[in-house]
Formats: sequence, structure tokens, C-alpha cells
Amino acid sequence: MSTVLEILHIARFGLAGVFLLGGGFFVLAGAIGVLRLPDFYTRLHAAGVTDTMGSTLILLGLMLIAGFTLLSVKLALVGLFLFLTSPTATHAVANAAHKAKLKPLLGTYRQTRKGDNEGGSQ
Amino acid sequence: MGAAKIAIAVSLLITMGVLWLALSGHFHDPLLLGFGLFSAAFCVFLAWRLHILDAETSPYHHIISLLVYLPWLMGEIIKTNIIVVRTVLSPDMILTPRLVRVKHLPRTDLARTIFANSITLTPGTVSIDMDADEIIVHALLKEMVNPADFANMAARSARAAGENPITTDEGKAS
Repeated sequence: MSTVLEILHIARFGLAGVFLLGGGFFVLAGAIGVLRLPDFYTRLHAAGVTDTMGSTLILLGLMLIAGFTLLSVKLALVGLFLFLTSPTATHAVANAAHKAKLKPLLGTYRQTRKGDNEGGSQ
Repeated sequence: MGAAKIAIAVSLLITMGVLWLALSGHFHDPLLLGFGLFSAAFCVFLAWRLHILDAETSPYHHIISLLVYLPWLMGEIIKTNIIVVRTVLSPDMILTPRLVRVKHLPRTDLARTIFANSITLTPGTVSIDMDADEIIVHALLKEMVNPADFANMAARSARAAGENPITTDEGKAS
């Protein structure tokens, strides 16, 4: 019995590490997306990756490290508030751009590995 | 002040009290517990003074339907995240941005809020503007603006807000 608990105890930190690394990957991918995407509206989508998968995976990893403590409850609350506030903030920014009549890039847009851009109309 | 309003005030007081306990971690000191109770009660008083003590302040009667909706939404978020990350990290990045109008919204304010927030939460689609009968959505790829997907999400958010799915059709409802 105690060996099973010990294995779980060690596996918990391993799993937490996987979650934290995964969260870091999604945050990095979101940052790369914000830099690579062509216009304001498309960049919002990359920022959404950081807001959702990045933050969720990092919070899950931290909750695994904290275990069944009050700290995990607080981390879960952080996750809940992020899920309520981040779409509101994204919508506020997007709506401000729309109200200011910023035209989105539409059609088909290509960016090749050499760094050439083509396509997309305002 | 009717019985319904007192029930809302009590449920808000309990929520505030539990939140205070969770965030402070003081379970034994009577002085601090008293301060916590006072601040929770003061929040309820402020909500009453602001005239915002209504069903939206404590939407707890929807909690089971919301808990059913959340896992599905998480699944959608994971799926679209993978699509967006794959698009953004591919060496030859091909985007097909679209601006579409989504019609046939859920009826109640809560269901509409859940729907619009779900659109924004799934990466690749952002709700930009909303009026009485449509939401303007910006999407990163043309595969993401399938009307059937939006209809499915609208029906599910209507159910999450405790709305009868048949009454989403405005004509039949009235």
C-alpha cells in the first residue's frame, strides 16, 4: 500500500512537470504567433492560445505540486477568474478596434519560410 | 424586499463568506472570522444599494447545467488550440481570415453571454460585436466558420443557461 502511495507521490511531480512544460510550450507558441501573424485581429487569436491552454496547463501543474491544500483552491480560483475575464478583455480590445473602423485582413494570406508575404486584402 | 431577493442575498453572503475563507485561510481566530463575516455582509449591502441583487448576481440554480457544459467547452478549446498552434508554427503559414455574422442567438442574456464568451475562449474565433439578433465573429481560418458548429455551440450554451432548447426559435416561442 505504501509503495503505491510512494509511486503516486513521485508520479505527481513528473506529471506536474509535463503539465508545466506543456503550458510553457503553448505560451511560447502564442508569443511566436503574435509576432508572426499579419494584422491586429489575427494576432488576437494567438494571444488566445496563451490565455486558455497556456494558463490552464500551468495552473494544473502547480495544483499537482500543491496537492490537496488551500493553495490548490486558490489556484483553481485563479483559473476560474481567468476563464471569466480573459474573453471579456479580448472582446473589449477587439470591439474597440471594430468601433474605430480598423479593417481586418481578409481572403487568403501566405507567409513562406523565406519570409515572403503574399495575399490578403484589406 | 421579497422572499426571492432574500434568498439571493443569503446565497451571495454564503458565496462571499466561502470565498473569504478560501482566500484568507483563517478558520479559528474569532476576531478575524468576524471581520470576514462583516466584509461579506458589507458586499451584499453594497450590491443591494446598487440594485444589482437579481438572479444574475447568484446564478447558482444553473450550476449543474454549467458543469455539464464546461467539459465539452474544454474539449473544444483543446481542439482549436492545437489547430491554431499548428497553423502558427508551420513554416509556410497559410491563413484564410474571415468575418462572419452568426445569427439565431440564444434568447436569454445569460445564454448569449455564455455563447459569445465561448466563441472568444476557443482560439481562432473572436466575437467582435453583438447586437439584438447577431454576433460578428472574426475567424483565423475558413474551416472555423462552419454555421453548423456555431449552431451546436449556441444550442449547448442555451442549455447551459437553463433555457428550453425548443424556445430558441423566436417565432415559435411567442
